[in-house]
Amino acid sequence: MFEKKHEMIRKLAREFAERELAPIAVEVDRTGLYPKAVWEKVARYGLSGITIPREYGGAGGDYKSLAIVMEEFCAKDVSSASLLMGNSLSGAPYLYFGTEEQKRKYLVPLAEGRTIASFGLTEPGAGSDSGATSTVAREDGDAYVLNGRKTFITMGPLCDYAVIFAKTDTGCKRKTDGITAFIVESGWKGFSSGKPEEKLGIHGSITSDIILEDLRVPKENVLGEVGKGFHLAMSILDAGRVTVAAQSLGAAKGALDEAVKYAKERVQFGQPIARFQNTQFAIADMATKVEAARQLVYSVADKLDRKEKVTTEAAMAKLFASETAVEVANKSLQIHGGYGYMREYAIERIYRDARILPIYEGTSEIQRLVIGANILKR
Amino acid sequence: MNIVVCAKQVPNSTQVKTNPQTGTIIREGVESVLNPDDANALEAALALKEASPGSTVTVVTMGPPQADDMLRECLAMGADDAVLLCDRRFAGSDTWATSNALAAGIRKLGQVDVVLAGRQATDGDTAQVGPQLAERLDVPQVTYVMACEPKDGKLLVKRQLEDGYELIEIGTPCLLTAVKELNEPRYMSVRGVYDAYDKDIRVWGLDDIGLAQDRVGLDASPTHVFRSFTPDPKGKGVILEGSPRDVAGALAADLRRRHLI
Ligand SMILES: Cc1cc2nc3c(=O)[nH]c(=O)nc-3n(C[C@H](O)[C@H](O)[C@H](O)COP(=O)(O)OP(=O)(O)OC[C@H]3O[C@@H](n4cnc5c(N)ncnc54)[C@H](O)[C@@H]3O)c2cc1C
Repeated sequence: MFEKKHEMIRKLAREFAERELAPIAVEVDRTGLYPKAVWEKVARYGLSGITIPREYGGAGGDYKSLAIVMEEFCAKDVSSASLLMGNSLSGAPYLYFGTEEQKRKYLVPLAEGRTIASFGLTEPGAGSDSGATSTVAREDGDAYVLNGRKTFITMGPLCDYAVIFAKTDTGCKRKTDGITAFIVESGWKGFSSGKPEEKLGIHGSITSDIILEDLRVPKENVLGEVGKGFHLAMSILDAGRVTVAAQSLGAAKGALDEAVKYAKERVQFGQPIARFQNTQFAIADMATKVEAARQLVYSVADKLDRKEKVTTEAAMAKLFASETAVEVANKSLQIHGGYGYMREYAIERIYRDARILPIYEGTSEIQRLVIGANILKR
Repeated sequence: MNIVVCAKQVPNSTQVKTNPQTGTIIREGVESVLNPDDANALEAALALKEASPGSTVTVVTMGPPQADDMLRECLAMGADDAVLLCDRRFAGSDTWATSNALAAGIRKLGQVDVVLAGRQATDGDTAQVGPQLAERLDVPQVTYVMACEPKDGKLLVKRQLEDGYELIEIGTPCLLTAVKELNEPRYMSVRGVYDAYDKDIRVWGLDDIGLAQDRVGLDASPTHVFRSFTPDPKGKGVILEGSPRDVAGALAADLRRRHLI
């Protein structure tokens, strides 16, 4: 499934991660921000638009390439996935549903790494139940007027624009009907973001509320069809989940690498702890799961590249890889003993960072729901 | 400007194995990479190209068919073109013979303004090919270049010395050899990688470059290797920088991390 160009993409991503991300991971965890220079380098090397076609400012690459970059980046720093968001949740809505003008205006600068975009679906009352959106959009002449609050939005305080899902028709029988996607610019009157959330991990990926107060959105900024926003969100999530699965794979690999390194260094009872069979077995289990996750991730990415429908497999990959990341990080920390509990060791950060993976872009439970429903209806 | 970069694919290892009979390097089973100094030469070439729009950068290597990978990597970093000098009859060439082949290949490219090469390749460590090539092409050369910028149609270069540097102005055509202090080589770009595999790499054999058999290859090489060995590796040191206070803190933290204190 891999070609030589994929090997080269891996080399590029690995070198970039080793030289640009690893040295600042501790700092980013502390400050919650990537230096501007890093964003610029991500853009310069075409990493902000890997999967975006050339005519829209991207590199025209495939999902395997994106997954490779995700894996390599996140093996060094799990929150660095936010640097690549233009490739998935941030960019995909414009790519798959935008008009030509919308693509020119919003997708091109995003792919070129000149802007940051958010995806605003979740609300305080609409998490897993994302169809329960209570943000409303009222038609008013040539515009819609939006009111509501989105929560836990990645890049909320930094975004230049966001896709916001709101109810345009509150009278529909099914609650997932009547939702519309809007492109909203953060500079518009009525747009504000909440205070950045204080989180357990992925500090480099900033999260906040987005508040919409009598925000006028011109009708040309409706994304896709009126009333079809929920369908839009769901169809984008397939690719999004593959991306989070690849991020999880990276996290798991990073945790495994730390365990292997530490087990060889740490001496107790007169020998490196790697000599104890228990350590070896733990590492064997970890490595096996990481490899299984890898196979799942790349097989789904390959299917996406062949334009196959991957809803079930994407959910499986996201479920397995994210749970693996948490498990491997946990075991790796255990191998580190008390030192693993200390900030000085990378595993302390990986352990905290990994915990988000089974939660966002659909919790593990929601992935099981998707998988179960799809299998049983066959 | 037409810029040519000479690059070599080298084994990525300090533990190079050699054939005890011929004293030449065994490349099988060792990962191959772009020679580090050559990456600096390529970066300098790409920077020159950016400074004078309309320039082209062509990478030339003499090597086995696998050197294709390295050339694609150079293309992915931003080179426009690549040429692989590849022929069984080149095998076993020493620096004398290699520079013959490279010179013939470069002449075939037509008018060239600047030739850039790395100071030396990590597998041979001779630092001879660059200077020999300049002689064969009959162009002036500056070795150990640690800075280079275009200035009024000429180049202003800094030549590294043990205890300082020389500032030299040199006209074109010329040849420069790069040291690692020259610059920080860029990464490949995602676009570049994709494009690199759409490009054709020209492959030229002995007959293509019009060279006589007695100018290249093992038999034509005056150098004879009596013995090759890998020196015992020195431990990789770490240099801490900063105020004494910070350095002491970092040192203590590092020793603690290694469980030494
Ligand atoms: C750091 C971070 C970044 C985020 N970024 C974004 C973003 O950029 N854009 C965005 O729109 N959202 C974002 N989210 C939101 C995220 O997708 C949601 O948190 C997630 O979907 C879960 O929703 P919830 O938090 O409301 O949990 P809830 O839905 O309240 O779930 C609580 C628990 O109940 C379980 N549960 C819920 N329903 C079911 C069911 N039917 N069957 C079984 N179990 C169920 C869940 O699995 C979970 O264990 C982000 C969240 C975080 C924490």
